[in-house]
Amino acid sequence: MLKFFAMGGYGAFVWPSYALTALAVTLNILWARSALRSARQEALRRLAARRGPTLPYEVGS
Amino acid sequence: MAWVWFHRFGSPPHFYRLATRLAPWFAWPALVLCLAGLIGGLGFAPADYQQGDGFRIIYVHAPSAWLSLMVYVVMAASAAVGLIWRMNVAHALAASCATIGASFTAVALLTGMLWGRPMWGTYWEWDPRLTSELLLLFLYLGYMGLRNSIDDLGRADRASAVLAIVGVVNVPVIHYSVIWWNSLHQAPSVMRFGEPTMPASMLLPLLAMLAGFTCYFVALLLTRARAEVLRRERSAQWVATVLDVPARSV
Repeated sequence: MLKFFAMGGYGAFVWPSYALTALAVTLNILWARSALRSARQEALRRLAARRGPTLPYEVGS
Repeated sequence: MAWVWFHRFGSPPHFYRLATRLAPWFAWPALVLCLAGLIGGLGFAPADYQQGDGFRIIYVHAPSAWLSLMVYVVMAASAAVGLIWRMNVAHALAASCATIGASFTAVALLTGMLWGRPMWGTYWEWDPRLTSELLLLFLYLGYMGLRNSIDDLGRADRASAVLAIVGVVNVPVIHYSVIWWNSLHQAPSVMRFGEPTMPASMLLPLLAMLAGFTCYFVALLLTRARAEVLRRERSAQWVATVLDVPARSV
């Protein structure tokens, strides 16, 4: 197990590389999903605004 | 007949629905392929006789570099289609590529530096491969900056499309830089005429990672492009329809 982490002495270069890549992969997934979520929310909001208030608690918003 | 297909994809609601259906078909294979590649590359591939276990950086460095180039080509091609056919969906696709491409160009550069330090003795050299890849990063950032600086969406689309198209000449320069010039970076071992120079035990995990990263990019692109298309669509009709669909398929 320790040999695996040592990577033949190159561990200090190999593992940060993998960590960096994992970070980029994760961040891009999060960014894409957040972009879709906010675009959907904004579109729903635009639709609701266009429709106008239809329920008592919406009047005045 | 093909033009009908082509123009149908240009229709935002059709594209949105298609992208929604297709995304999982790329996301899950991406996960499986990358896991297989990682297990093969870290667990089964033998150590290199020159570089020892240090060569294993290849399993993240090469796919990232591949993405940096492939994404730029997709971005430039979409931008060209958007420019020529005035297709909103194509511009949306191009815009969606930028962040992904820039991220992985940065990763390719940084992992390359981490690989270069022990093997070449230096983090950086102004050699043709490294320099042209850095230029690619600047092109991505320039594309994003140009887009953000123009308020009118149509103008932003067209101006950034021109930048993307003009910049695509850098992509073959990057690929051939190690052949045309004396470069510190090694010559291609996979994307070359003739047989790859790597044994199968090292090559197969690499191919898996390359395929996995490609599928991952497609899934990401489809997600971002859906967001972009939603944001651009003023016409409420089809938007109302797709958003009223039950949560799971949206």
